[in-house]
Amino acid sequence: MNLRPSALRQWLGAWAAYLKVGDLLVLAIALVACGLSAVTLWQGGRPDRAVIKSGGRVFAEVDLTVPRILEVPGPLGATRIEIQPGRARVAADPGPRQYCVRQGWLSSAGAVAICAPNQVSLALSGRNADYDSLNY
Amino acid sequence: MTPSTTEIILRPSAEDHRVARHAAAAIVLTVAEAAIPLPLPGVKPGLANIIVLVVLARWGWREAAWVALLRVLVSSLLLGQFLAPGFFLSLAGSVASLTVLGLAMHLPGRAFGPVSQSVLAAFAHIGGQLLVARAWLVPHDGVFYLVPVFALAATLFGLVNGLMAARLLQETSAPTAQQAGV
Repeated sequence: MNLRPSALRQWLGAWAAYLKVGDLLVLAIALVACGLSAVTLWQGGRPDRAVIKSGGRVFAEVDLTVPRILEVPGPLGATRIEIQPGRARVAADPGPRQYCVRQGWLSSAGAVAICAPNQVSLALSGRNADYDSLNY
Repeated sequence: MTPSTTEIILRPSAEDHRVARHAAAAIVLTVAEAAIPLPLPGVKPGLANIIVLVVLARWGWREAAWVALLRVLVSSLLLGQFLAPGFFLSLAGSVASLTVLGLAMHLPGRAFGPVSQSVLAAFAHIGGQLLVARAWLVPHDGVFYLVPVFALAATLFGLVNGLMAARLLQETSAPTAQQAGV
């Protein structure tokens, strides 16, 4: 096989001549099936719910679909948790070291932010989580 | 000499010879293909299916089924895979793709050529293999994690095999076909 562009085009054209309309249709459907299967099967780590606990008890369980802000009361004051589609974070916390705030946005199933001084935790869960628990 | 009453004489018909010849070609391709290093178990070109497609187009489904199943049996014996898990996966894939080929051969020939049959059969092949793998070898939904990879391989190799079958069918058209098949 000659590698000049024109020869390559000719070679490809000779093979393409064996393709019929229905073959192209079948190939297109096959490629769509590849894409769809990748999208549906490879989104394992995507979270769909956030579980917020205060003092060891579940304070709220919210869907990660609509943006909202929750004020969670604790011994030191209120922890502010911000929910956005597909992610959540601790926006503000009265604790001294701010570890949970500095973790930033959580966006994979199993991720947890714990504000220990104020006894508040934020955990994301998903149907097929890659991890049982994920912390930084 | 008086003919023995216990002797069994087998008289292979022309069809038997054709099946044997095509199966032999398919087996050679399978064994040659086994020498190619593969990135992932289960992803292989399946060149033997070119022969199955040609036989299907020229001699019908029954002979194609004979060739495909003999290919699975004999190549597994040659490669030491007989009755090993790989053999059952191969068998399941072949049975599934033969079933789909039996249906696909009735698609209108004006619009659908060997490439369509090849791609559909390749998808049936991975489908049959995955079902057996899921039910028996890896009883966990984790096997389906690889479906997109297998689907892409089926599309690609289905296209390539189909094109080769189409070309073989064209180059060995009518006059020579009657003598020897491929």
